[in-house]
Amino acid sequence: MNAVPTAAGMGLLSCEVCRLVSRAPAPGGDAHCPRCGATLHARKPASLARTWSFLIAAMLLYVPANTLPIMDTSSLFGTQRDTIVSGVAFLWTSGSFVLAALVFFASVMVPLAKMIALAVLAGSVQVRSVRNRRTRTRLFRLVEFIGRWSMLDIYVVTILVALVQVNTLATIHAGPGAAAFGAVVVLTMFAAASFDPRLIWDMQEEGERP
Amino acid sequence: METPPAAFVACLECDLLHRRTPLPPGGEARCKRCGARLYRAAPADANERALALALTACILFIVANAYPIVGLDVQGVRNSATLFGAVESLWDDEARAVAVLVFVTTILVPAAELIGLTWVLLALRQGERGYGAVPLLHFIESVKPWAMVEVFVLGVLVSLVKLAHIAIIEPGVALFSFGGLMLFIAAASAAFDPDAAWSQLEATQ
Repeated sequence: MNAVPTAAGMGLLSCEVCRLVSRAPAPGGDAHCPRCGATLHARKPASLARTWSFLIAAMLLYVPANTLPIMDTSSLFGTQRDTIVSGVAFLWTSGSFVLAALVFFASVMVPLAKMIALAVLAGSVQVRSVRNRRTRTRLFRLVEFIGRWSMLDIYVVTILVALVQVNTLATIHAGPGAAAFGAVVVLTMFAAASFDPRLIWDMQEEGERP
Repeated sequence: METPPAAFVACLECDLLHRRTPLPPGGEARCKRCGARLYRAAPADANERALALALTACILFIVANAYPIVGLDVQGVRNSATLFGAVESLWDDEARAVAVLVFVTTILVPAAELIGLTWVLLALRQGERGYGAVPLLHFIESVKPWAMVEVFVLGVLVSLVKLAHIAIIEPGVALFSFGGLMLFIAAASAAFDPDAAWSQLEATQ
């Protein structure tokens, strides 16, 4: 079986910004897209190393993001500290089941699933797996699309802090968990942006060569 | 190889090379190996539509930021907040990193994206290259994931439900404007045909 015709295999580079395909210059020099001037590279530079770095940083911060309070509510009756999970529990017990499910999905499930998915993707490329390439590409697409929705809780805290102020009987303050949680979202977005899905398919081609 | 490289398109997700072929109107080319989108047959007036939608979004953006998103009434005491006011409260509350994150994702990036897109489309409509069009299109592509107006709208709705237990909620003008902004940003970027914009920029070089 002949090698699959890929841009890299044919000595071509495709621009990630304007998608123009151009001939790769002689090795050594920096390649730039002749149409839009973007820096060209066959694969994202240091893709796996960067993905792992951002991912590990995100995993470490995931602990304080969930154990520290993201919000303190002080009123005449004392201070209540809410973590992400206790916020979901509050919504559930107060009868907002749909909303509780939504926040649980966006704030608990999505970040966790995203980190596991990125670890699986980077890990499978690392061990040069050739299985389920199409499914893994789809998984990457899903990770890219869904990651942003984790910001939901950050915006909820923003609105609550702004509205519930000194003159409204209770005061809400942002807790240290909010910054950690925001950092987890940002870091996992960087991790996803660093990962190059074309690496999933490169392994197969190398395997196909005699 | 005789065919010029520009006659090809490479899949950004698996690097498979495809020859560009004309599509039926409204058609879409997908990678035959991994199924990722390659390009689509946009209507000839796609960027005219995108411009109209982007201009509408610009107006909604101004309204959404100028008026309070929501008001709160606790036993006669009223409180309301604009988006920027909310960012300021976070900043004053020593949650500076969070304040910056919210500012960037709901104000700065959406504004930059909208102004940039409108600017480029206006220039192209005049048949000009437009000052800074190439770096602007670059910029729009690279910051897109960081504009999170739709997530913010959902966040506001969730916080309203939480507050409804303790106070009377008065939805403000900006709440509806943000809802509209979310729809118009999505419509403008769906209508925008970057292929046409890039080849037009190339032709006016």
